Amino acid sequence: MRRESIIENIKVRSGKDLLGFIDKSKNRIYFTINKKILPQIARYLFNEEKARFSTASGVDTRKTIEILYHFSVDEIGLFISLRVILEKPDIEIDSILPLFKCAEWIEMEMYEMLGVNFKGHENPKHLLLKDDWPKGNYPLRRDA
Amino acid sequence: MGRKIIPIGPYHPLQDEPEFFKLHVDGETVVDIDIELGYNHRLVEKIAESKNFDQVAFMVERICGICSTSHPFAYVNAIDDLLGVKAPERALYIRTAIGELERIHSHLLWLGLAGHFLGYNTVWMWAWRYREPVLDIFERVAGNRQNYGMMKPGGVRRDLYEEDFPWIKKTLRDLIPKIDMFKGAVMDDPVIRARTEGVGVLTKEDCREYCVVGPTARASGVNIDIRRDDPYAAYDKVEWKVCTHEGGDVFGKAVVRILELYESINIVIQCLDKMPKGPIDSGIKDIPPGEGIGRHEAPRGEVVHYIMADGGNSPARHKIRAPSFMNVASNKKAVIGETISDATIILAAVDPCYCCTERMTVVDYKTGKKMMDGQDLIRLSREKTERLRNR
Repeated sequence: MRRESIIENIKVRSGKDLLGFIDKSKNRIYFTINKKILPQIARYLFNEEKARFSTASGVDTRKTIEILYHFSVDEIGLFISLRVILEKPDIEIDSILPLFKCAEWIEMEMYEMLGVNFKGHENPKHLLLKDDWPKGNYPLRRDA
Repeated sequence: MGRKIIPIGPYHPLQDEPEFFKLHVDGETVVDIDIELGYNHRLVEKIAESKNFDQVAFMVERICGICSTSHPFAYVNAIDDLLGVKAPERALYIRTAIGELERIHSHLLWLGLAGHFLGYNTVWMWAWRYREPVLDIFERVAGNRQNYGMMKPGGVRRDLYEEDFPWIKKTLRDLIPKIDMFKGAVMDDPVIRARTEGVGVLTKEDCREYCVVGPTARASGVNIDIRRDDPYAAYDKVEWKVCTHEGGDVFGKAVVRILELYESINIVIQCLDKMPKGPIDSGIKDIPPGEGIGRHEAPRGEVVHYIMADGGNSPARHKIRAPSFMNVASNKKAVIGETISDATIILAAVDPCYCCTERMTVVDYKTGKKMMDGQDLIRLSREKTERLRNR
């Protein structure tokens, strides 16, 4: 089964960097992984499984910032969410823009809304907020 | 005396929604494009955290004025996913019927606009005229022509009445000959074909790279549709097919949308025929802590809603991703290398939810000087059609 092989492959590739796995329902699975292997797993899903990058969502949980990267394997209707936890104040993660173009806007959005620093993002400017928005002021942060 | 209709217009919000495209041109050819968003950013995701779960359905309905039920549909799917329970059977059919009725009027609206941009104002007027009966159906079942307020966590807010069904079905069946006419107009008119075939092509690889969704992807032969791939509501209980086209050009996008009109009419009629009797609301009281992801195939493509609940009565986090967020970015690929007279229709071909050609400016590549604005571009596009017609 394709679904099981994807789960198995992510588990094997993550090794001890896999921090959690939730098999929520037939079409929804969540992995919590170490941030340093995110590009590797994202590359696997996008290039080898031909998954479509759907979006990413950042959440400020006060002590940490969680980012979920959502991938859709349309052939089997599977929605895979990769959860990465960034400890404050070191809110930095490798950009996945070098892997696929469609991550550009969502990374810009998370940068301006949550102050996540994407290493390797070539064009880190405002997407939705105006250009003279006060520096260091992030609308979706909860610690302000 | 029949009903009287008072026309209100001619201003329409679609053409005044703010988005800024900056086209860089070298002579006649577009060499680069800058897309700027955020003129109308309302930070809806933050507002959702201060509303209760019931109110959020109303609030997200106001995100988009055209496909107003798309966001509440994805939102209730997310709540269903969070709870792990489905709404009552009848509610699922009603949700499906509402979602498809919306696709019909949204695609007709796009068809009209595409005609307008190409200089076929008759197509524009007719498409919008035949869209009216669909809005009348909404008025009858929901009381509103837009913002129907039908979706509700755990069910739907209003029932559909059996005595309306024959009238709804007749209205939709009467629409079929009109769509046949549009289909003939697009497929057989040599000028429309000349203006749209091979124009603004997105290849399969471009679609993958930009992760485009909906008719924009299906027109490039990418066979994806959330309604079939990740079935929700009653989409797995009715028979229909996914429409695709191999061209990837503006023509392909028009064909896919026209074919989808037939499928949508078919789905609505089946829903009305198969709808079981029973409750329309499961009466959800509390939302437990957890997370849910809801997806819906809106007229423009996949809408994603992510809800995180902490046991309180409002979402702890609500992430919304509209299809245009993915599709509009692909304009960068589609429009570069094309002529400026084709730019308007290419940018409009993805059916951007906030297309605003009014704010489009053309900048000379060499001097950096502003040359023309959106109105001039629509004029250019029409003149090109006129030239082709007179050939």
